Amino acid sequence: MNLKIKYFGLLAEITKCNEETLEFSKTSMSDLLEMLFEKYPSLKEKDFQVAQNLEIVSKETILSKSEIALLPPFSGG
Amino acid sequence: MSRYSRHIVLSEIGQKGQDKLSTAKVLVVGAGGLGCPALQYLVAAGIGTVGIIDFDVVEESNLQRQILFGTSSLGINKAIAAKSRLEDLNPTINIIAYPHKLISKNAHVLFENYDIIVDGTDDFETRYLINDVSIITNKPVVYGAIYKFEGQVSVFNYKGGPSYRCLFPKPPKEGSVARCSEIGVLGVLPGIIGCMQANEVFKIVLDFEDVLTGKLLNYNAKTAQSSIISFSKLAVELEKTLSPKEDFKEKDEKSSETQVRIISASEAFQLDNPQFIDVREYGEYPQLNLTNYVHIPLDKIEHQIKQIHSEKVNILFCQTGTRSIAAVQILQGLGYTNCYTLEGGVFAIIAQLKIKM
Repeated sequence: MNLKIKYFGLLAEITKCNEETLEFSKTSMSDLLEMLFEKYPSLKEKDFQVAQNLEIVSKETILSKSEIALLPPFSGG
Repeated sequence: MSRYSRHIVLSEIGQKGQDKLSTAKVLVVGAGGLGCPALQYLVAAGIGTVGIIDFDVVEESNLQRQILFGTSSLGINKAIAAKSRLEDLNPTINIIAYPHKLISKNAHVLFENYDIIVDGTDDFETRYLINDVSIITNKPVVYGAIYKFEGQVSVFNYKGGPSYRCLFPKPPKEGSVARCSEIGVLGVLPGIIGCMQANEVFKIVLDFEDVLTGKLLNYNAKTAQSSIISFSKLAVELEKTLSPKEDFKEKDEKSSETQVRIISASEAFQLDNPQFIDVREYGEYPQLNLTNYVHIPLDKIEHQIKQIHSEKVNILFCQTGTRSIAAVQILQGLGYTNCYTLEGGVFAIIAQLKIKM
């Protein structure tokens, strides 16, 4: 399945893009994250939540929708 | 009044809506990049009581984005400088400055006096404190946070809705997310996000639909793109929320816990007819309505020892679980054997009561 993955905040600095489209054959979010950690090792150090189709989901979720987002907390004010 | 005529002519607000604004009480935590613009619009709109808490002073590097302040404010406490400028903007409302840091000891009492809390802080410790105290005092929080060119806005704890910990359960590792002072921020960005926060305050006060509860708005100033991500309430986070041991302990209240038995709130509530002994000072918040409850401040235990029954299981608690350790030690010295200190203090009890409800 073709996945559109969006990166926010400092995660976009690690991936050097705000979004990208990836071809992915496995079915779980954890598999996807593992693949992303391999592609971008520094991601693993960061705290973030994952969203699927504009909804925060657990990192164990089964992938069912094509739009994924990785959202870190911001502290600035 | 002509001051608010542009509000009053709006059919969605009218005199009735303006009256709601004039009786609302809003506390802004942090008069920085987010707090300043939020304050300007809240005050101009005639919010009846506006509180400002900030311990910091105005520095030259703030003026690039905190346009409430001018060079004449340099070196002055931000809450006080903001109050002085805002009173000129609108002298008809009540503006209160608190020139100190928000800590758990003052947060409860302060929050009780307001209807809505605006989070304009710049560190995670205070953000989680605001979240946790707002749950205990049942106040909605209008959240804003920024990173370089991006901002987040949401409303937490609104009508029992999700909280900050439902979105980000755990504070990130210390130092893993840099502050604006280290990494920079586009000056206009906190202006935009702070105004969005003020807007959410108005929506709450005016009972508008579509308050950003359970929704995280992301805005990117470089791409002008925004998205709204929804999130749900996590019941499991509530218990953790209210157990301060989880992450940010109060460093000043830490002490040794040797030979004092510790009990969790869930274990305590499973006991048969335990006695809960509150060893905080009289008048400390949050106050509890609990059966089998005795209130004896720590320094009065020896004088009021007759109120503590040695045949019962005695659960001693305070704000965070430090004074109660000292209380257990006093009781043990007096021959009491069946005493425990309650892990997480009064917040753990409240969390447990909420779970049982």
